[in-house]
Amino acid sequence: MSDAHATTDSPPLIEFRQVSKIYGSGAAEVRALDGVDLVINAGEMVAVMGPSGSGKSTAMNILGCLDTPTSGSYRFRGITVETLDRDQRALLRRHYLGFVFQGFNLLNRTSALENVELPLIYRRSPRAQRHAQARQALAMVGLTGWEHHTPGELSGGQQQRVAIARAMVTQPSLMLADEPTGNLDTARSHEIMELLTGLNRDQGITVLLVTHEAEMAAYAHRIIHFVDGKVTDMTEQREGA
Amino acid sequence: MLWNALLLALREIRRNILRSVLTILGIVIGVAAVIVMVTLGDGATRQITQQIESLGSNLLMIRVGQQMGPGQQSNTPSFSLADAVAIREDVSAARAVAPSSSTSLTVIAGNRSWSSTVTGSDNSYFDVRNWELETGRLFSNSDLQGGRAVCVIGATVRRELFGAMDPIGRKVRLKTMACEVVGLLRDKGQSSMGMDQDDLVVMPLRTFQRRIAGNTDVTLIQISVLDGHSTEDTTSELERLMRERRHIRPAEEDNFTVRDMKEITNMLTGTTKVLTALLTAVAAVSLLVGGIGIMNIMLVSVTERTREIGIRLAIGALEREVLLQFLVEAVALSSLGGILGILLALGASVGLTKVLNVPFVFNGGIVLIAFCFSAAVGVVFGYFPARRAARLDPIEALRRE
Repeated sequence: MSDAHATTDSPPLIEFRQVSKIYGSGAAEVRALDGVDLVINAGEMVAVMGPSGSGKSTAMNILGCLDTPTSGSYRFRGITVETLDRDQRALLRRHYLGFVFQGFNLLNRTSALENVELPLIYRRSPRAQRHAQARQALAMVGLTGWEHHTPGELSGGQQQRVAIARAMVTQPSLMLADEPTGNLDTARSHEIMELLTGLNRDQGITVLLVTHEAEMAAYAHRIIHFVDGKVTDMTEQREGA
Repeated sequence: MLWNALLLALREIRRNILRSVLTILGIVIGVAAVIVMVTLGDGATRQITQQIESLGSNLLMIRVGQQMGPGQQSNTPSFSLADAVAIREDVSAARAVAPSSSTSLTVIAGNRSWSSTVTGSDNSYFDVRNWELETGRLFSNSDLQGGRAVCVIGATVRRELFGAMDPIGRKVRLKTMACEVVGLLRDKGQSSMGMDQDDLVVMPLRTFQRRIAGNTDVTLIQISVLDGHSTEDTTSELERLMRERRHIRPAEEDNFTVRDMKEITNMLTGTTKVLTALLTAVAAVSLLVGGIGIMNIMLVSVTERTREIGIRLAIGALEREVLLQFLVEAVALSSLGGILGILLALGASVGLTKVLNVPFVFNGGIVLIAFCFSAAVGVVFGYFPARRAARLDPIEALRRE
C-alpha cells in the first residue's frame, strides 16, 4: 500500500498511549478506559467491537476530540489533543473529522443539501462552492435528485447517506462512524458499508466504525475488541469486498 | 458568519411563526406604548405652546398686587395711563404697550343678550395679543381721543348677538351706553386654560373709563417685547421703573406683578413633560416584561434544539459561533417586535391625536430609541440562553432526544 511509505516519516494518524478515562470518584469510580494503547495509520479502515459498557463509545468520543482522557496521551496527526482547549478541539473536528451517528443526527426540517452544507458553512466556504461541493457529495452517496428533501421525507438508509455525505464533504482525514447501520435493515446496512468502504478506498479517508455486527465488521481491515475498558484483541483481516 | 446567523435566525422565526409572534407581543406592546406616550406628550406640549403663543409671543403683563400670598391689600393703587406712557418712552425693548381695564358686563343687541368681558384699551391691545381683524376697522385717533362709543367684538360675541348677520355698523348696549360695532376680530379658538378667547368686547380706554368704570384706572398693562430682547431683562427693567413710579422704598415688596408668558409656557409644558416621562416609564416596564418573555422562549428553544446544537458542536462550531447564532435569533425576534411596535404606535398615535384633538408630532428620536432599546432587550435577555446553548457538552447534547 502506498501509505505504508508515508507512515515511515510522518506520525501515525491516531496514537493512544496509556489512555484512561475515569468517571466519578471513590467507590463510584468507573474506569471507562483503562490504559489503552492504540495506533491507527492513515488510510486504514478499522472496526471497533465490544459489548456495551466496554468503553468503545468513550474511546470514540476521545478519538473524535469531543472528550479528553483523564490520563495518558492522545496524539491526532501528531497533535497532543488533551492539551487543546474546547475551541481548538472544535477546529480540529471542523478541519479533519467527519461524524456518522447511529441516529443519523440530521437537522430536522432542513433539506438534504443544507444539511450537507453545514460543515462547509463553518469552514466559511463561499456560497457557490458550498452548493457545488454539497451536490457532488450527495451524488457520490447516490442521492442526486433528493437535494431538497428534508430528513422527514427520506428513508432511514437515505438519511444515513445524507449523514455520510455531510461527514465526507469536507474531505476529512478521519471519519468516525458510531453504529452507522444500527437502525437499518440488512440490505440497507450492506449498502452503507459499501459506501464507507468505497470512501476509504477511493478517497483515502481513514474510517473507524463501531459496530456489534460481525457481518459489518468484516468490511474492515482490522477489528479492535474492547472489553472492560481494555483492548483485548486485534484481528487483522484481509481487505473486505 | 453574521449574515449566515441572521438567515438562520429568520428561518427559525418563520418555522415557529405563531410562537414567534406571541413571544414578541410583549415587545410590540412595550415599544408601541412608549412611542404613543411620547407622541401624545409632545403633541400636548406643542398644543400648549401654540395656544400661549396665540396670546402673544414675548408678552409681559403687569398687574396690580402680588401674584402669590394670601390677602392682597385692597388699598393698592391702580396704574394710570401715564405709567403706560412712561414704559413706552423708557423701556426700549418694548415693541408695543397696551394699557387696559376690563370688567364683566351683559351686552345686549336687539332682543339678545350675552355676558362678556368688556375691555377698554387702544390699538396696541390687538397688537400685543396677536389679534387680526376679520372685517371692519380698529379704532381711529378720534375714537381714542374723543372717547367715542365704538367697539370691536370677538367671534363669540358676534355669534351670540348677531348670528350670521354682519355686525359692522350695528349697535350694542352696555349698561346705559349704546356702542357702535366697528370691527370684528378673527376667531382664535379655545385657549389652554379652557377659556374662550373670542368672547370679548374692546372699546377705547377713555370710553371705558368714562362711561363704564367711572374712574381713570388702568388695571393691566401688556407689553410685547421686541424680538431679540430678553424678556427677563425687560422684566427687571419694568420692575425698576414701576417701583420708582409707585414710590416703593427699597425694603418694601412690589405691589404689582410682572408676569412673563414664557414662564407660564415653561411651567405648563414642564408639567406635561413630567407626566409624559412618568407614563413613558410605566410603558418601559412592559418592554422589560417583553424581554423576559423572549428569554423564556429562547430557553425553551435551546432545550428543544439541544440535539441540533450538539450536531453543530460536533461538526466543529465554536462556542462563540453557537452563542452568536442564538443571540442573533433573540435580537432578530426583539427587533422584529420593535418594528411592529413602531408601526402599531404610528397608527395608534395618528388615531389618538385625532380623537384627543392634539397635534400629531412625529418624534424620530423616540422611534430610533425605541428600536435600539428593543434590539438591546434581545441582546440582554438573549445572552443567557445563548450562553447556555454555547456551553453545552456536545456528547451530552447528541445523546439527548
